[in-house]
Amino acid sequence: MATLEIKDLHVSVNTDEGSKEILKGVDLTIKAGETHAIMGPNGSGKSTLSYAIAGHPKYEITSGSVLLDGEDVLEMTVDERARAGLFLAMQYPVEVPGVSMSNFLRTAATAVRGEAPKLRHWVKEVKEAMSELDIDPTFAERSVNEGFSGGEKKRHEILQLGLLKPKVAILDETDSGLDVDALRVVSEGVNRYKASGDVGVMLITHYTRILKYISPDFVHVFANGRIAESGGPELADQLEAEGYVKYIGKQEAASIG
Amino acid sequence: MAVTTDQEQHGLTAHSHGAGAPVSSRADHFTSFDVNAFEVPGGREEIWRFTPMKRLANLHNGAEATGTANVEVNAAGGVTVETAARGDERLGVAGTPGDRVAAQAWSSFTEATVVTLPGDAKSEPTTITVTGPGEGKVAYGHLHVHAKPFAEAVVVIDHRGSGAYADNIEFVVGDGAHLTVVAVQDWADDAVHVSSHHAKLGRDASFKHTVITLGGDVVRLTPVVTYTGRGGDAELLGLYFADAGQHLEHRTFIDHSASNCRSNVVYKGALQGEGAHTVWIGDVLIRAAAEGTETFELNRNLVLTDGARADSVPNLEIETGEIEGAGHASATGRFDDEQLFYLQARGIPEEQARRLVVRGFFHEILLKIAVPEVRERLEAAIEAELEAVGA
Repeated sequence: MATLEIKDLHVSVNTDEGSKEILKGVDLTIKAGETHAIMGPNGSGKSTLSYAIAGHPKYEITSGSVLLDGEDVLEMTVDERARAGLFLAMQYPVEVPGVSMSNFLRTAATAVRGEAPKLRHWVKEVKEAMSELDIDPTFAERSVNEGFSGGEKKRHEILQLGLLKPKVAILDETDSGLDVDALRVVSEGVNRYKASGDVGVMLITHYTRILKYISPDFVHVFANGRIAESGGPELADQLEAEGYVKYIGKQEAASIG
Repeated sequence: MAVTTDQEQHGLTAHSHGAGAPVSSRADHFTSFDVNAFEVPGGREEIWRFTPMKRLANLHNGAEATGTANVEVNAAGGVTVETAARGDERLGVAGTPGDRVAAQAWSSFTEATVVTLPGDAKSEPTTITVTGPGEGKVAYGHLHVHAKPFAEAVVVIDHRGSGAYADNIEFVVGDGAHLTVVAVQDWADDAVHVSSHHAKLGRDASFKHTVITLGGDVVRLTPVVTYTGRGGDAELLGLYFADAGQHLEHRTFIDHSASNCRSNVVYKGALQGEGAHTVWIGDVLIRAAAEGTETFELNRNLVLTDGARADSVPNLEIETGEIEGAGHASATGRFDDEQLFYLQARGIPEEQARRLVVRGFFHEILLKIAVPEVRERLEAAIEAELEAVGA
């Protein structure tokens, strides 16, 4: 039973004007089998939370702790965190010119699984996973994310999620920039991952629309660098109707249209 | 006509336009076979300003030959190999020395090697291995490669060993011929190599020239391409990897004087370690007669550690508006931490992630090396360079 425990997490980012505190004491526990939606307006620190957990060098943890099954995540390097079972589907996946997607996927799978997957099984596994996400097979030979559309990048993030099978997945605005078909395909990918084992999901989103495809067990409203309110799925309905005005003192919709 | 320049890249700094460009036109660049027609350069001259003159073993200042470089040709069937004395009328037809060291090499070589590739025929790769004169010695050389009309041939020129060596290499590419050249500079740590490559392309000739520079204390390579008829096509590719203390300089010049010709220059370099210095100067001149020219040049440098310096200066001169297109791009950037983070976030250890990124950076050039054995050897050499980073 995997558990990700975030306790009183304070995170700063270094800017030209000096250090700025973004996260001001986040407490959150995600257990295997649970899906937590983190919802919040722009600039509330949602992405910072995801990057800080993944270990991006830009963010400095000033206090607090993050434990995965009792192990101190903050003591680990970025790659160690991934091998320990954390996965971050990024809002803006990075392009890596000259490195083919197939080489990248195999290198990552080898690192995470601790041994190189048997070639024959691997080829089949990747092919099926790509097909489930409606990804054209020719993408395997293209450079990682290079020239991909926003939707193609997101599909490939979920492809990696399915192949690397982490204990806890953090999905950072995976729904942003997706059209209805892509949103459905990507959500189905997340649901397959959820069904594949005892895994935890932290679903970060601005809008409620992805929650029609991926049902959260818990919904947390994120505002001003901390969790302002927690509840069940009904909290998302409330946000859908009222927006974030209650939390930030100005109108910002959580639904589209 | 279309003149393009690339957009600023993420994590890279764009080159400045015009800054540092020579005031005079490339068309006025002085050339001569007579070494005494050139003044001894002091290092402030435009064409020498990046070069560490003190480390040139006096090649620029009348150093006498104290040894010879060994030239061994492993010729494919149908290819003829001869030695020729100075005065042989075939020599010097592809170009005239454009700096004092090239003129010194022209005046000082004892015998030239002439390799003739049969016309209207496809030949297997020919390998020319040039071994330096040995540590502390100076040698001059001359190599002449002639691809007869409609020849289709590959020539690998492999430079190894120690010592100081200056030479001229001529490539005469006959009408309709396809010549692929891979020049490897895999010198020992002490070596100094100053080399001018002169390529003369006939009508509808195609010339693919790849330079790989890995070893040597100072390497300065000046590839010049001229066209004698319309329809010529030159592709100049370069890959260099400078370690601590190494100076690797490449100065390409494409002289478009005939109409409807193409050129494409892509040079990529990586640098690591204190005092690693690379220089890329990319001159392109489109003369008034060269209507319908299409040209592009690109230089990218990846700085892997502190203390390394990459200079990159593209110069594009256009004397006619009637061209297909002309553009240049140059950028030097530090290692992209976002790429590293992305790969590491997928469980790939940092060192392996770094190698993936550097290998990816060079991929485009390596992919185009037509000779599999050479490609494999270079891939292995790049891996070895990366092992040395230990970062």
